Amino acid sequence: MNNWIIMPAVLPAFTAAFLLLTLRHRPQAQRIVSIVATALGLLVAIGLAVAASDGVPQAYRLGDWPAPFGIVLVLDRLSATLLVLTGLLALCVVLYASAGWDRRGQHFHTLLQFQLLGINGAFLTGDVFNLFVFFEVMLIASYGLMLHGGGPARLKAGFHYVAINLIASALFLIGVGLIYAVTGTLNMADLALKVPEVVPADQGLLKAGALLLFLVFATKAALVPLHWWLPATYAATSAPAAAIFMIMTKVGAYAILRVYGLVFGAEAGALALVAAPFVLPAAVVTLLLGTVGVVGSRSLRSLSAFAIVASMGTLLIALGLFDQAGVSAALYYIVHSSLAGAALFLLAGLVLEGRGATGDRLLPGPAMRGEVLVGGLFLLCAVAMVGLPPLSGFLGKVMILEAVRSSASWPWLWALILGSSLALTLGFVRAGSVLFWASGPASSETRRPLAILPLTAIVLLLALTGAWTGAAGPAMVWMDATARQSLDRASYVEAVLGPTNQRSAGLGE
Amino acid sequence: MEMLVASAIGLMTATGLFLILQGRSFPVIVGLTFLSYAVNAFLFAMGRLTVDRPPIITAGAAYTDPLPQALVLTAIVISFGMTALIVVLGLRGFLETGSDRTDLSLADAAEEHGPAPAGEDARRERDGAARA
Repeated sequence: MNNWIIMPAVLPAFTAAFLLLTLRHRPQAQRIVSIVATALGLLVAIGLAVAASDGVPQAYRLGDWPAPFGIVLVLDRLSATLLVLTGLLALCVVLYASAGWDRRGQHFHTLLQFQLLGINGAFLTGDVFNLFVFFEVMLIASYGLMLHGGGPARLKAGFHYVAINLIASALFLIGVGLIYAVTGTLNMADLALKVPEVVPADQGLLKAGALLLFLVFATKAALVPLHWWLPATYAATSAPAAAIFMIMTKVGAYAILRVYGLVFGAEAGALALVAAPFVLPAAVVTLLLGTVGVVGSRSLRSLSAFAIVASMGTLLIALGLFDQAGVSAALYYIVHSSLAGAALFLLAGLVLEGRGATGDRLLPGPAMRGEVLVGGLFLLCAVAMVGLPPLSGFLGKVMILEAVRSSASWPWLWALILGSSLALTLGFVRAGSVLFWASGPASSETRRPLAILPLTAIVLLLALTGAWTGAAGPAMVWMDATARQSLDRASYVEAVLGPTNQRSAGLGE
Repeated sequence: MEMLVASAIGLMTATGLFLILQGRSFPVIVGLTFLSYAVNAFLFAMGRLTVDRPPIITAGAAYTDPLPQALVLTAIVISFGMTALIVVLGLRGFLETGSDRTDLSLADAAEEHGPAPAGEDARRERDGAARA
């Protein structure tokens, strides 16, 4: 058993406790510890990705309890890829926040580490109830991060955010309850085996449970009509918090892939692909509404938030195919949209700070310090988000267009994706020209020099999207293998529950 | 017993949902509490309803499923903590904005046009306090 599998959860947990207990009043030391721990977490994630690259999923039995009874963590290519992505994103966010954002409230680094614990745990766990627990850890930390810095607008939006997530958690528990009541297990591998054998009388209950769970994941992934929380929350919170939340919508997409690609996947008998009829139509409307939101936004943060909604729509159109090409394109796009979205939110934070009273509203205001540099970075962020070459959004969209060819309605999907790209371009052009071209003379409040760390973080994120384009060949090979593995029920079940012949022998005893 | 438990859960869920849809933070919080009670009772029932049975397997004896009890415990801890958090959040929101309405219009107005004048709610609260 590879003990390193638990490290992505243990490391942030201990770091957070350490920060809270010993470094409460030493902000400089907090920053150093937080940066070092996040970098170590990234190294562990890369190590795990290397370990997962042989293509065999590995299970880690907590407390060494045998699989369907104890909780397992499962490391495969999919979870390893997302762990590395989380590590990269977290490192950039910690760097950005260390320039001063973390002092606007208390315990920023502690909350961020707890958030990483929840996210990493959710990516690793092989048990549905444990997934709920890690979701809650992630959400509790995100409530703190979302409110970091305070202010009336943030408190109001925070109340909504917490209330919506509490309702989603209640639905999650009801869904889990129904699934347990019918199958008697919550271990994902065991569920994958038991779901096809459920008697017809109970299939209705199980389907209700599965679809309730889908509602929860769709809320996290901001699928229409459950996306309303996202623009309000992301536009009201601070830039580093919004940037790390970028990975939280991806946790929703991951959970949809894991549960509806594997447990209720193609081999699940009467309940095969139970969520698939809903994902694609909802994703289409999500893309449409996100695009309309981008064109109609009145502030840069709200525009960025709607751009995220649109990117989730694009991503879930590909994921909703639940075939290898679709999942593979969606995974490539997940990496791209997390990096580009985070860069855009971090940049929106700089704009908000740099324009004095005008803030990030899309109105002509005083010129900000380093306008050319910030404007140039905005151009790159916009290019990445819209999906123009040379950054990875272009390749991501090409792959998604290629993947949807297998769908019967592909001409419509092509028209939608390409049309929305055009509208997104218009929205970003409008924002950029108002923010950086229509600016008046600099006023005294906009003369503050730009700090070096935030710029480093943004440049790093954009460089990563550039590198993701450069490495598209190997990345595509990796993602193809990842997609194949994530839809392969047999190898996952074997990793968790042992080979088939031993299982039947165990039952006979 | 099934009928009683099921209708109790249904009633609590309905009450919770009705209260959550109200426009002020206090009913929303109470509604969330109702919903979490309903969920806890539901989780208990998912291990089948049995009375006076130990949650331990002994040969030949009937038992009740111990797993839902562990799940309910986790769910109770989480929902209790979350209720405390949202109470504080509602309170802070009321103190900072002078209103316990849950819509975002006041906050939006403050962001778009500078600080908004104290809302009707705050005035009403103050009048109420003065009268008392």
